[in-house]
Amino acid sequence: MKASAIVFLAAFLVLVSSWAGLVLTPQLQLGGVTQTNILGSSDLYPVMRPGMARQGLEVYRANGCMYCHSQQVSQDATHCEIILTDPGTNAVATLAALGSLNTELAKPATLADLPKTILTVADMNAADPVLKTLHGAGAQVEVHVVPQGPDIARGWGRRRTVAQDYLYDDPVQLGVRRIGPDLANEGNFKPDAGWQYRHLYAPASETPGSQMPPYRFLFETRKIVREPSPDALKLSGDLAPAAGYEVVPKPEARALVAYLMSLRADAPLFEAPVTSLAASTSAPDTNAPAATSSSK
Amino acid sequence: MTAPVTTTPGSSAASTSTSAAAVDASCRLPLFALLGGAAFWLVLSSVFGLIAGIKFHQVTFLADCAWLSYGRVYPAWSNLLMYGFCIPAGLGVGLWVLARLGRQTINASWLVAFAAKLWHVGVLVGLLGILSGDSTGFDWFEMPRYAAVILFLAFLLIAVWGFINHAFRPRCGEEMESPHGEPEAASTSTATLYPSQWFVLSALFWFLWIYATAGLLLLFSPVRGVVQVSVGWWYVSNLLVVWTGLAGLGAAFYFLPALGRRPLQSHYTAMFAFLTLILFGTWAGVPANVPLPAWMPALSGVATLAILAPTLAVGVIGIQTLRGADLKSAGAPLSFLKFGVLAFVLSGLMLAATGVTDFSRLTEFTWFGHAQNTLRLYGFFAMTMFGAVYYLLPRVAGIEFPFARLIRLHFWFGAVGVLCLAIPLAIGGVVQGLQLANPDIKMVDVVNSTLMYFRVSTLGDTLIALGNLLFLLNLLTLIGRYYRSVVVAAYTAVTARLDPVEVKS
Repeated sequence: MKASAIVFLAAFLVLVSSWAGLVLTPQLQLGGVTQTNILGSSDLYPVMRPGMARQGLEVYRANGCMYCHSQQVSQDATHCEIILTDPGTNAVATLAALGSLNTELAKPATLADLPKTILTVADMNAADPVLKTLHGAGAQVEVHVVPQGPDIARGWGRRRTVAQDYLYDDPVQLGVRRIGPDLANEGNFKPDAGWQYRHLYAPASETPGSQMPPYRFLFETRKIVREPSPDALKLSGDLAPAAGYEVVPKPEARALVAYLMSLRADAPLFEAPVTSLAASTSAPDTNAPAATSSSK
Repeated sequence: MTAPVTTTPGSSAASTSTSAAAVDASCRLPLFALLGGAAFWLVLSSVFGLIAGIKFHQVTFLADCAWLSYGRVYPAWSNLLMYGFCIPAGLGVGLWVLARLGRQTINASWLVAFAAKLWHVGVLVGLLGILSGDSTGFDWFEMPRYAAVILFLAFLLIAVWGFINHAFRPRCGEEMESPHGEPEAASTSTATLYPSQWFVLSALFWFLWIYATAGLLLLFSPVRGVVQVSVGWWYVSNLLVVWTGLAGLGAAFYFLPALGRRPLQSHYTAMFAFLTLILFGTWAGVPANVPLPAWMPALSGVATLAILAPTLAVGVIGIQTLRGADLKSAGAPLSFLKFGVLAFVLSGLMLAATGVTDFSRLTEFTWFGHAQNTLRLYGFFAMTMFGAVYYLLPRVAGIEFPFARLIRLHFWFGAVGVLCLAIPLAIGGVVQGLQLANPDIKMVDVVNSTLMYFRVSTLGDTLIALGNLLFLLNLLTLIGRYYRSVVVAAYTAVTARLDPVEVKS
């Protein structure tokens, strides 16, 4: 009798413990997260997705895109790339300084084709003395933080994804399996709406060998009335509709593509530093081109 | 061996014939409702699984039908398997085990039968919701909230009734010396509760808590951002590891001794398995590579690795209980249960492996997790339930299964099917993980090279589907025959009463 009571008490406490640990604590730790500053900028991140893209998340959810596509980029490590932008006025001193870092760098060829990466070190602690040496010689140097890992090498993102990236998504679609590529940065990876439409309509036509099923129920084949719609898909070969007809995206497809184009988890954050390229230093583009047609 | 698969219903209940027979009779209505519906959903889930599988052979298969696109039939498969089959089957078998062990007839069994029907209505509503695009977007929790409410109420009704029944079981001390109509009774002189009772009662409580939490925090008042992910993983691990473990092992620890005619070896190991399963299972499941604070995957990884403890304990219990047991008359149900224990151990080892950070990073987002889940749900849980149902339903209905030979066939379809499904997917998952980790291999090539493994697994899907169909056939025919015999008996009773009256007049 006593033993049974203890067993049930233990079971109850165990469930309370994991509930407190994996439900309550994350809520206390992360439930109050708000927008934060992008590193080195006064812009806030993340910005709520535009309305069309939020509708697109519903299409993404309804059609179970997450069973084949993750939205989660990982990284193994972060490197610091030291980039020489200007050798300064005293090239000899700069070369000597470079030689003190690595004898192979002490060649005039190093100073050609600037800016370029001259050294890769593990972190800022290792980068600081290098900077000091080169600045002492009058050279101009930049340090870029570059995350590393297979996902990043595949071009799926420039840094790992962190809690902040998913702040405004409901439901959060981290994904289950990677039968297709990761989409966390699809808006950067394939910023062409026309490509997205054609790919949804006939994936194998845009990505040979693709195992993604076509999503033609998101499109409408209709008779051209007076003049062709500017949104009509530019299809060729077997895919082209019969003469006098055109394939246009339904509202679901427009919303879905708007959502895909809004997927940009690349802002440099305190917990996920990355040096922005010039193109992406501005705030993440939330005014993604929603439904401009395949104007390619 | 093609011996009759079940002993005759009356034989094991010789000493307590009235009690056991009365208990069985009181379970009839609820069990017919729970198990009949479960078998139906299981077959339907196999159909959706096959549709999903065929899409990997032919991408355009049913692609133009939104309701049958991959992203909808896959959750239809998983939800029908979990909510359609596993939970009602676990409830049916669990209630019977509770009633038998407590020597307690189920009072107002129509209420449980009503709740069972309500549950099946909830599953139907949820299925239609998923297919029509109302899925919630959380893995293993896709049923939309209007279905979730029905499911929760139905489960609540059954669970509360289970608790009430348990609380009011006979408490006369002498009788409790041999409280079970089954052979393992002799060993339970010290503990009031038999291990199966801890497992089943905890399973009733566990699901209510986790389903309510997930429903409130994901559907009704959604938490923000990645907290959803954390809640989702907590729910999935508690459902797939802990709940199926509790309900499945509760049945296994009853039927292994009952079929082997040898007491459970031992109650202490069973308690160890129980405590470690709930402790580590409930904390397990957060993959290593997630956008969450690092302490969570770290802690959860340790718990996942520690799943080794209950896994090995269950293996030991299985071996010790069946070693030297008299297995001559056990027949097919024991084969199912033995396979179930084996699959529990294998899937436990696979799960524990994902507790190692490097392996978790490798296999996240691959088929490996799917292989582990299928092995757990089909190989362990469903097979255990099949064995239990093949054992108990003839007793409950008072008639034998109509196609006894098909039970053997079902076992082989199920066993070979599960292995054909899980082994290629597990290997394919590791290959996929290794290729994903190598950025030189293009994504299209990763997909296409692991496709082969998936295509082999379709064979397993097909075999499992065939086995499930045999199960449904046997079950429905048995239920049909029972009702026919009731109708026939009623008819004869009616006509029999008329005859003497006519004679007298």
